[in-house]
Amino acid sequence: MTIADKLAKEQRSISVAEFFEKNKHLLGFDSPTRGIITTIKEAVDNSLDACEEAEFLPDIYISIKRITNELFKVAIEDNGPGIVPEQVPFVFGKLLYGSRFHQIRQTRGQQGIGISAAVLYAQLTTGRPSSVISRVSSDNPAYKFLIQIAIEVNEPDVVLKEEFIWDRTHGTRVELEFKGSLTAKKRLLDYLRYTSIVNPHTRIMAEIEDEIYSFERVSDEPVKCALSIKPHPHGIEFGQLKRIIKYSNLNARDFLIESFSRVGQKTADEILTLSKIHPDTTANSLSHEQVNQLLLAMQQVKVPAPPTSQCLSPIGEELIRKGLEKEIELDFISSRTRPPAVSGGHPFVVEAAIGYGGKLPSEGTAQILRFANRVPLLYQQGACSITQAIADINWKSYSVSQQGLPVGPLLVLVHLASTNVPFTSESKDAVASIPEIEREITLALQDLGRDLKHFLSRRDKNRLTEDRARALCSIIPLIAGKVGEIVNLPVPDIALIEGRIMKKLVVRRKTDNSKVIIEAVNYTEKPIDISLYEISHDPAVDIKPVPDFVQEMNGEFTRVYTLHLEPHANWIMEYTGQSRGVIEVRGIAEEKKVVIDLDV
Amino acid sequence: MSKKKELDQVAEKKLFAIAKMWYDQMINGDVPSITLPTRTKQNIEFNSSLEVWKYGGKESLRAAVTEKSALHLLRMAYVIGFVKQQIREDRTSTLRELYYISEGWKKAKFSAQDESNFLIEDLEILTDVQREGFHLRPEEDGATIFGPLQLKEITRRGERIIHCRDDVGEAGYQIPTNTETLEFQSHDAKLIIAIETGGMYARLIENGFDEEHSAILVHLKGQPARSTRRVLNRLSEQYNLPVTVFTDGDPWSYRIFASVAYGAIKSAHISELLATPKAKFIGVSPSDIRDYNLPSDSLNEKDVAALKSILTDPRFETDYWRKEIKLQLALNLKTEQQAFAVRGLDFVTKEYLPRRLSDMGII
Repeated sequence: MTIADKLAKEQRSISVAEFFEKNKHLLGFDSPTRGIITTIKEAVDNSLDACEEAEFLPDIYISIKRITNELFKVAIEDNGPGIVPEQVPFVFGKLLYGSRFHQIRQTRGQQGIGISAAVLYAQLTTGRPSSVISRVSSDNPAYKFLIQIAIEVNEPDVVLKEEFIWDRTHGTRVELEFKGSLTAKKRLLDYLRYTSIVNPHTRIMAEIEDEIYSFERVSDEPVKCALSIKPHPHGIEFGQLKRIIKYSNLNARDFLIESFSRVGQKTADEILTLSKIHPDTTANSLSHEQVNQLLLAMQQVKVPAPPTSQCLSPIGEELIRKGLEKEIELDFISSRTRPPAVSGGHPFVVEAAIGYGGKLPSEGTAQILRFANRVPLLYQQGACSITQAIADINWKSYSVSQQGLPVGPLLVLVHLASTNVPFTSESKDAVASIPEIEREITLALQDLGRDLKHFLSRRDKNRLTEDRARALCSIIPLIAGKVGEIVNLPVPDIALIEGRIMKKLVVRRKTDNSKVIIEAVNYTEKPIDISLYEISHDPAVDIKPVPDFVQEMNGEFTRVYTLHLEPHANWIMEYTGQSRGVIEVRGIAEEKKVVIDLDV
Repeated sequence: MSKKKELDQVAEKKLFAIAKMWYDQMINGDVPSITLPTRTKQNIEFNSSLEVWKYGGKESLRAAVTEKSALHLLRMAYVIGFVKQQIREDRTSTLRELYYISEGWKKAKFSAQDESNFLIEDLEILTDVQREGFHLRPEEDGATIFGPLQLKEITRRGERIIHCRDDVGEAGYQIPTNTETLEFQSHDAKLIIAIETGGMYARLIENGFDEEHSAILVHLKGQPARSTRRVLNRLSEQYNLPVTVFTDGDPWSYRIFASVAYGAIKSAHISELLATPKAKFIGVSPSDIRDYNLPSDSLNEKDVAALKSILTDPRFETDYWRKEIKLQLALNLKTEQQAFAVRGLDFVTKEYLPRRLSDMGII
């Protein structure tokens, strides 16, 4: 027997389920702490996707109960459209079973691995099946299943299926028991908070070991479900092309027009000429070699970019802001949704937001919130090209200090919405480096940086004027006091100085050698219109200038001036008399004027 | 009226005038302010009649429109108030004591003694009265003198007549902080050497340089105190003796020479009292480093920056200094006075100084 023969005895196919059992880390189940988070994340992703498809406002309930020290029971329940009973075993009991894998549109889940991997994880750590309850409408009964996975064959093993009396009219509840740990509870709550930020139409309630956390919705608009589009010639790979060709009995030209977006007569002919394939050849009769040539030609021909508006569902600038506002206290928020762009035939949209101040820690690097298709990315921040794009920006030019990442009370949110998010691995923790995407992130953040800089400089300016005013209000009175003491005279009144420095209107009256003088100076930067009232017993026959209005009553004269004062202009009135009357200024806010009567 | 009483009155009157000016400004609704000559090297000019460097015409206005300036004026007001009280009560305090007294002034307190010293100098400039007139004295010891000089000092315990070689110990006669109590009576000297370091001062005394060359030796103790500079100024004026300055060979030492000969930037308002325009630099010069091949260290960054700063200092704008500073930058070396010891302890007194003094036409 040859060695090859011996080896052949041990060579056999590996079930996907077996593979994942050995490679749990690929799916984000590498540690007990991550197990709980990943399970909840997968279930929540599915719920949100399902609600979006049904255009419902999602209500998600999560419960985590500790059974023994390391055994947990986790339940996730939604008000989604439910799953028909025939499909339930496959959705939860078969890896790589899903509805969205072949669709080209923005969804959270894609490959149909997530939730079944959680079932597998539960099964591997406790040996118990998972429970699923689902109901599609009030006209149909709810069904309860106990499901596990037949690992060797990757097929569902239904332990129990029965009708179930459920108070919900539609929705799904999944309950899993597995070994885990709640040491990363903060991260779990972060995940829920961040999910709530980018899904502002969602309400989440979580009961974690008797503590209740709720994340309210701020938008009552259900998210419009992204529509599938046909693949774009530039975004297709060989395997995919081969597969769709196999099922098409159209001729080659019609096949191209029908199966791809943005391909019309002209483009189809161009592709076929270039790949030397006759347009009338039946698609499924093309040889391996011809498919290869076709693929090559498809990449070379100029094709308009794929349609972007319908297959993507960005959050929108206003909802990002609302979402952030409700979960994090900030002094400044600005958000941007970039126009759709295309990379490798896949449309994408970058959205970003910057938050500043509030309750953010003032020291250390900025808080970075990464999202892909409305799903928070919690792990491998350093390996993610979003992080890299943030670090590559010169934050100093936006008045923010920087040590690689920006530093200070800053929050940077980046959301990538795409029909095909280029993750670095199947655990979907980090986005791979794609120049077109990085460029969009950079543009969005630079734009936001300018907003931030504007905010900071305005804030600093206000702070400067305020500090200065405060310093002056506290120091000049001290100088006045000390100087009065040295020269042995009454402490000078500093109201005048304040008016000048605080940029106010200053009106003062003094009587010198029987001359009554009223002076008004506009120390503000704006023209002022006021009415000045002077009431005294003086007839003031030599008054200059003449008042706009005079009234005498019981020997008391009321004189009124209507004044318009340009910035820094001053106005003087004088007459011979004793004064001892009253002056009053109207038409200007109290905090904008200082009226001093030096006679009193 | 005694001279002291007279000075008290002048000081009080002038300080009062500052306070009254602020008072009037505030009564008129103006922010209190004060104008002072700009006290930087960009604003010193050579006064050819006094032959010293004084402040030029540039002035800076300090108005209480910013917190910093307002605080400066507040502190000044407090110091004026404090000085006024000291004069009334006929008490004296040191600059350091003033700094500590300011601890009780709340907002007006100084955060470092440099600040209070600088402010006192501002007041000297504004009033044309020296700090002694404010009843303030420096806490530092005056430096020492050794050599053929007899003087009279009025001490608290009466007049003392002292010969600075015969009546003193090895360390010499200590200059008091207030030199107005000194009167020079007679001398038997041909020249004065002001020496930066104590080690070199002691070497010259030990080697009997003062006797051999009829020299008055003055220890500068680093950057010289006002009293030391005042004594050099008066000795030079009264006896018309050549004054030479002997320092280390580094930029900091050239500044010591500059403050002796040309006047310090900080005290340019009283340069005519403190500077000795006739003073000449003996060394150690950069060319000495080269010519005598003295043991030396490389210049560090700060030295280089200081040398470059000297090149823009108007006091050093002479061919001699430009040539020497450029040479030093090219050599990238500095040295100390005591490096001459490499050629034996007598080299400096038997060879170097006599040769330099004769080159300079002094002996």
